[in-house]
Amino acid sequence: MEHVVIIGNGISGVTAARHIRKLSDKKITLVSAESDFFFSRTALMYIYMGHMSFENTKPYEDWFWKKNRINLKKGFVNQINTSSKTLHFSDGDTITYDKLIIATGSKPNKFGWPGQDLNGVQGLYSKQDLENLEVYAPDNKTCKRAVIVGGGLIGVELAEMLHSRDIPVTFLVRESSFWNGVLPKGESAMINREIQRNGIDLRLSSSLKEILSDDKGKVKAIVIKETNEEIPCDFVGLTAGVTPNISFLKNSGIQINKGVLVNRYLETNMTDVYAIGDCAEQRDPIGNRKTIEAVWYTGRMMGETIAQTICGNRIPYKPGHWFNSAKFFDIEYQTYGWVHGKKGKPDYEQHFHWIHKDDNKCITIAYHKDTQIFLGINTFGVRLRHDICDKWLTEKRTTDYVVQHLKQANFDPEFYTHYESDIQKAYQNTFQTIES
Amino acid sequence: MSIAKPDAYKNSTRQKALIATGIIGLFVLVLSLFNFESFSALTLTASLTLIVVSICGFAADRYLSKPAGIKNNGVWFKSISSKGFYGWLTGLVLTLFYIVLYFYPHFLGLGGKGKANSGLVAFFDPLSQLLNGNPASQWFVYGTLYTIAILAFGYKFLLKYRHNRYERLRTYSVMFFQLAFAFLIPEFMARLNSDSFSLPYYDLKNIWPLNYYNFEQYRVDSFISAGDIGLALLIFGVVSIFVITPILTYKYGKRWYCSWVCGCGGLAETAGDPFRHLSDKRQMAWKIERWVIHSVLVFVVLMTTAVIHSYLGDDTSTYWLTKGTFLIMVTGFLSLIFILTMVFKRHELGKDARYGAIGYVVIITALIGMHYFSGSNLFLFEAETLRSTYGFLIGAIFSGVIGTGFYPIFGSRVWCRFGCPMAAILGFQQRLFSRFRITTNGGQCISCGNCSTYCEMGIDVRAYAQKGENIVRSSCVGCGICSAVCPRGVLKLENNSIKGRINPNEILLGNDVDLMDLVNQK
Repeated sequence: MEHVVIIGNGISGVTAARHIRKLSDKKITLVSAESDFFFSRTALMYIYMGHMSFENTKPYEDWFWKKNRINLKKGFVNQINTSSKTLHFSDGDTITYDKLIIATGSKPNKFGWPGQDLNGVQGLYSKQDLENLEVYAPDNKTCKRAVIVGGGLIGVELAEMLHSRDIPVTFLVRESSFWNGVLPKGESAMINREIQRNGIDLRLSSSLKEILSDDKGKVKAIVIKETNEEIPCDFVGLTAGVTPNISFLKNSGIQINKGVLVNRYLETNMTDVYAIGDCAEQRDPIGNRKTIEAVWYTGRMMGETIAQTICGNRIPYKPGHWFNSAKFFDIEYQTYGWVHGKKGKPDYEQHFHWIHKDDNKCITIAYHKDTQIFLGINTFGVRLRHDICDKWLTEKRTTDYVVQHLKQANFDPEFYTHYESDIQKAYQNTFQTIES
Repeated sequence: MSIAKPDAYKNSTRQKALIATGIIGLFVLVLSLFNFESFSALTLTASLTLIVVSICGFAADRYLSKPAGIKNNGVWFKSISSKGFYGWLTGLVLTLFYIVLYFYPHFLGLGGKGKANSGLVAFFDPLSQLLNGNPASQWFVYGTLYTIAILAFGYKFLLKYRHNRYERLRTYSVMFFQLAFAFLIPEFMARLNSDSFSLPYYDLKNIWPLNYYNFEQYRVDSFISAGDIGLALLIFGVVSIFVITPILTYKYGKRWYCSWVCGCGGLAETAGDPFRHLSDKRQMAWKIERWVIHSVLVFVVLMTTAVIHSYLGDDTSTYWLTKGTFLIMVTGFLSLIFILTMVFKRHELGKDARYGAIGYVVIITALIGMHYFSGSNLFLFEAETLRSTYGFLIGAIFSGVIGTGFYPIFGSRVWCRFGCPMAAILGFQQRLFSRFRITTNGGQCISCGNCSTYCEMGIDVRAYAQKGENIVRSSCVGCGICSAVCPRGVLKLENNSIKGRINPNEILLGNDVDLMDLVNQK
């Protein structure tokens, strides 16, 4: 019986394992050094905030794996021999595979800052990161101030987490406005205000120069590059993005760049070795997508795709229209299609922006300036239906059509106030002004 | 993972003072058991006011100081809401209270048999006199405290979910139905009673079979002897379960009752809200739930049939509804439901559900058959034995002691989930014949599990959401909290056309369409 070994029990690896089991009777082994059972790392923040217990973050009960004949192996792979198809574990153990799927995910970026490996300096990605956070920032007596470096989605989550325990937070964002590489100006500005409304000391255009140590090897302060200001703190969160967690692949013969290089079939240069999820790097970008996509959804899709290929139906990874979501304190965010911020915005892309006077809801619709074709939509504080937005993108609807039919896409709970007519009015005003 | 309780979740001095206020109010109630002469209507008012001020003040301090939004911070760290010392203590005290209330009301000071009340019950006499003109009973005391709990904790819930209009409207609704229908209207109706005219205590929204005693002989006699009004109420009781309930459940799902109207649901949604995450999410619990709740339903149907059968006559010339006619009607009705379900909805039932349904039908038919052919008691036992057993086991122990007493241990909906026969009927219909569902938003789920954690009915919402499948479950009471706590806007409670309501396919959007076709090939 063919033995499929998957390194990594995150969403990508687990999805692959489940779908291979659905499609076949192959022997499946799921390897992880992080946790005994699959848990959702998206929920780590809720454990720290006390919304959920660790048990609550496990999507499948512990009996699920045995019942579905998915072997779980706890261990850290430190070497792969692709010619003998053998995995070597740090404890000396070995296993052999017929097909290998690498799904080892990411680790937080460290850009060579002085002091980046001190105690009390960490990212927020793994279960171990959460355990360390409990050591260095359990309350506002142990941690009198925390500094977060890097204005992205994890940074704002970490700020919310620390804030929930009344720990004062300074948030360093290198850009002039929060996440403005990705978010258009109006949205980014609204999120700046939301972060400040929640009592976070937001420092824009501020980057990290160095992290200072006390005499016990623990962080005691950081210095801001632009101002040389020194901020005393007991914890530093590094949230300037993630990078593929693949250092164990060096010298394995598997071709790597930043991530494990794969073709559209998620195959590496070695036969019978595949890579999926955060750690996979496409040789050529797919559409507007980045070559490395560290997103929950893409990990899941790659897991489903690779299961088909492994089970004899070789198919390429073909993600559909881009979508994503997040939450910034109390403001939910959804995006469908492409709405660019400062980074990589094509010349033809134009935006229509609407913001509610309460400063906690806004939308941006991106369209082609010549054809008026709908390219994408960002919403804050308003929920939209995925299937309707997806359909509009496929059907290449015009912005006029989208604005007129926006109500169809509304996914807010019943009895919520609707803003479609406000939005439509604002839209008409904008375009009348332009035409006249 | 060991996570210590952080200081951020300790109560502030003001919050401690507010809690102390409530404890003083409760303490006065306890003191009243010792029959202090000086306790008056004013003392009662003061005591109840302290309790209300405590709850509302605490809620305002807790929630109004923070921006509106989901604030479940520290739920798993606080002793009261994470099965810690205070959780167990509260559970124990509530359980003892229920045992005394149901089985030893004289400890509370119930006089009975012409004797005057004393203690706690007498303490409530002035309020009872004011509302219905009679001395209080233990049920009046309980009803008052129950109503206060729904109103005060309802206010807390309103503040906690002040950003969510669905939750607000729903809470106004349960507060209204408790105050008006369960508490005030029956008390005022009691005022109309005289020597020549008497209506039984009737909470109009408390529908059979939740109100399992509605068709007992003393009540039916009383309805009939009260003339047109009584007859109208009796007919309303029948119509509410056989006509009104199916129509509303078809249109809106069982939520119209369970989380908008019902008193048990009302308490669970308000006072029980801090415990909703304690519901058992294991698949095993779901399996047990389905057998237990449907067995209670069968029990209440048998019991009610036996009771009504016992007081009907045999002579068609006296009254058209005789024992025989009644049994034929019951058998006919049950057979009709069974046949229609098996013909039209067979494919929607799991294997165990089909076996269960067949099993129950065989048992009921066999019992009725035995009664005809051997003349034994209907359903083997005396109607009275069935009635008192049901009242003891289900009415008191299950719905009261376990259902509410164990809030801080098993979560707030134990009765609604495992025991309530009304929920079983509504759920049966919701699963098979209703426009209600929770729609999953394409591929947006990140499997975080907030929805499952905060589902008071123990539904593993995430299991559906992460597959892109709509949630159509008998037990869902439509509280809407899964949708509220979802950080990614994945869930929406909706009433829509029956077609496409259940989508067993994986339709995770964002994927390539061809791949989704492949994934769905079974």
